[in-house]
Amino acid sequence: MNKIGLIIKREYLRRVSKKSFLLLTFLLPFLFVAMVFVPLWLSTIKGDEVRTIAVIDATGKYASLFQDTESYRFIQSDKSLDEYRQNDNKEIYAFMHITGDLLKNPGAAALYSEKQVPGELSRLVNQVIGKELEEEKMASFNIPNLKEIIQESKIKFDIQTIKWGADGKESKSSSMVASITGLIFTLLIYMFIMMYGAMVMQGVMEEKSNRIVEVIVSSVRPFDLMMGKIIGICFVGLTQLFLWGILTAVLFLGSQLFFGIGIDPQMAGVNAVAQPGMDMSGVIADHAELFEVIKTINFTQLALFFILYFIGGYMLYASLFAAIGSSVDNQEDTQQFMMPITILMVFALYAGIYSMENPDGPLAFWCSLIPLTSPIVMMIRLPFDVPYWQLLLSILLLYGTSILIVWVSAKIYRIGILMYGKKPDIKEMIKWIKYK
Amino acid sequence: MYFLETEDVVKQYSGHLALNKVSIQVPKGKIFGLLGPNGAGKTTLIRIINRITAPDSGVVLLDGRLSQPDDIYRIGYMPEERGLYKKMKVGEQAVYLAQLKGLPYGTARKRLIHWFEKFDIMSWWNRKLEELSKGMQQKVQFIITIIHEPPLLIFDEPFSGFDPVNADLLKQEILELKQDGRTIIFSTHNMASVEEICDEIALINRSQVVLSGDVTEVRNRFKGNTFLLCLKPSAHAFETNSCQYSILSDETDKDIRNIRLRKDTNISNSDLLNLLTSQGEILSFSEELPSMNDIFINTVSSSKSTTI
Repeated sequence: MNKIGLIIKREYLRRVSKKSFLLLTFLLPFLFVAMVFVPLWLSTIKGDEVRTIAVIDATGKYASLFQDTESYRFIQSDKSLDEYRQNDNKEIYAFMHITGDLLKNPGAAALYSEKQVPGELSRLVNQVIGKELEEEKMASFNIPNLKEIIQESKIKFDIQTIKWGADGKESKSSSMVASITGLIFTLLIYMFIMMYGAMVMQGVMEEKSNRIVEVIVSSVRPFDLMMGKIIGICFVGLTQLFLWGILTAVLFLGSQLFFGIGIDPQMAGVNAVAQPGMDMSGVIADHAELFEVIKTINFTQLALFFILYFIGGYMLYASLFAAIGSSVDNQEDTQQFMMPITILMVFALYAGIYSMENPDGPLAFWCSLIPLTSPIVMMIRLPFDVPYWQLLLSILLLYGTSILIVWVSAKIYRIGILMYGKKPDIKEMIKWIKYK
Repeated sequence: MYFLETEDVVKQYSGHLALNKVSIQVPKGKIFGLLGPNGAGKTTLIRIINRITAPDSGVVLLDGRLSQPDDIYRIGYMPEERGLYKKMKVGEQAVYLAQLKGLPYGTARKRLIHWFEKFDIMSWWNRKLEELSKGMQQKVQFIITIIHEPPLLIFDEPFSGFDPVNADLLKQEILELKQDGRTIIFSTHNMASVEEICDEIALINRSQVVLSGDVTEVRNRFKGNTFLLCLKPSAHAFETNSCQYSILSDETDKDIRNIRLRKDTNISNSDLLNLLTSQGEILSFSEELPSMNDIFINTVSSSKSTTI
């Protein structure tokens, strides 16, 4: 009978059947997809109400410029603003009051309304009047064909970045897409190591404060108990990752069909953050090209290394967390030991984010080799094609260190779980390692 | 034949010697009391027997041969500090813990149902542990300890947390286990229960065995030549001044006069009795053995004074 298997099974089943796990696992992809699609969807809905805007133009120059749109109807009015203000006029939504030549005095126009003027309306007004003023100004220079000249001199430039494959084949690449992909994976691995490492610590402390450990270690080696817990929780993490991946993909496809929005998932993400009116085409010319760029990132390789680094990094940190959980009696005492680990993790995260600018620089290079930071920093470098010898060395170092830390942590854990009362210091914990 | 022996077991913790050449011999099929004040090293010794920690030097022999890693499945251990998973269902975790002790799922379940029914807690099978009273949790704990039917059982302060009714139930179960031929190590501070159920004892104080042997033999060793004499009260004077004995106490309770006396060492019990028969109507005459409680206190405090 395999003891460690039993422990893994219990840890795994107990956690994946928890309501909080199910909720988080199944709700988050929905939230994520909703965050992308709902604003897109909402922005396509126009109010059916047509609002009337009264234009009171003292100059008579501007009133005729306003064309009715789907949502707004402009009427020219001869009444004064005061007349409107005194009377009840429900049918008019806002008043456009222009008192003078706007080129000379830009403050001579204002929008009045009993309600908050929507941004859409003021943008529309700004656009109309702005364009007119621009033309007026140009005309005032008295240069023939100035408008055409200016139109022609507007040049948009965006350099293409092209990556040479091993076979010399060219493919378009985008450092921005690579960076964003790397960043997503970096945040994901940081979050998972922290979340599941803390879960291991909680579990160890629960067993210790329940006083069940001594019952269990009389039939199971403490090492098996610790590893069973770490591995069981690791599977929980992988399950969650897997479900998130599948669910997000399915939901994205489903939403695309449902909403009829013809965009690929990554593009949707970019669009959702972009404000209306912001020109995304400066970054990526069109969807097809973006798709081509995304295809240059080797997602199979990325996913594979993500799993490899997650397991290695998780083993390393989770066993440290287990050692901490075993040595203390209560939550408050963990702070002192948690602090250095948290600082290390946050440092790794920052190193990762700064490495984004220069993914082959010395900071990125060293931090992706040092085992305590490599799982996080390497994620940002991966989409930029890291040399294989570096990947191999980094993985070897990570797994070597993990095994060492697991061994040391097991020694501390074995003594710690049976020690009550006194809070140990680092010196004492080092002594525990030497105990037979 | 000893089922379990430890030979010169030494365990050193940082700056503190927990066990100093501790040797105990536990006979097969007997109840062995492991006694000692708090912090004497009992729990450390038990953990070494359970292979939870390893001794710095010395050996543990089980059934006459060196203890092996797999021997932990031949031991049932109920620690003093015991607990279970609060949020887990009682039956489910009992099966889990039994499986950890090497029982296959089906056997574990079958035996657990048998024991749960015996202890009348079957209705709690699907309840979470935290819903159970402390006494019921202890019953579950006891069942888990013995579920794999090990030949050696170790109970560390088994009666703590039990009410008198359940403590008695537990005592009966322990005696039944002895009937089955199991060897039992019993660590406790409760000296009354030691006299009642232990066959042999070892008293550990300050990391060393200071006293060991058969319970009756140990009590005989410590006897102070005191006797309890019960007489029918009468006008007849009792000779209180004698060079053969001295009176320790003299009380009359209703129609029995209880006299505790200490005899002189150079007179035999029969001679003393002869001397006494002439002094009144004797109802009973018995030698008083010291209680384990007195022996415990005496030994512990005297070893303290000698070492200081």
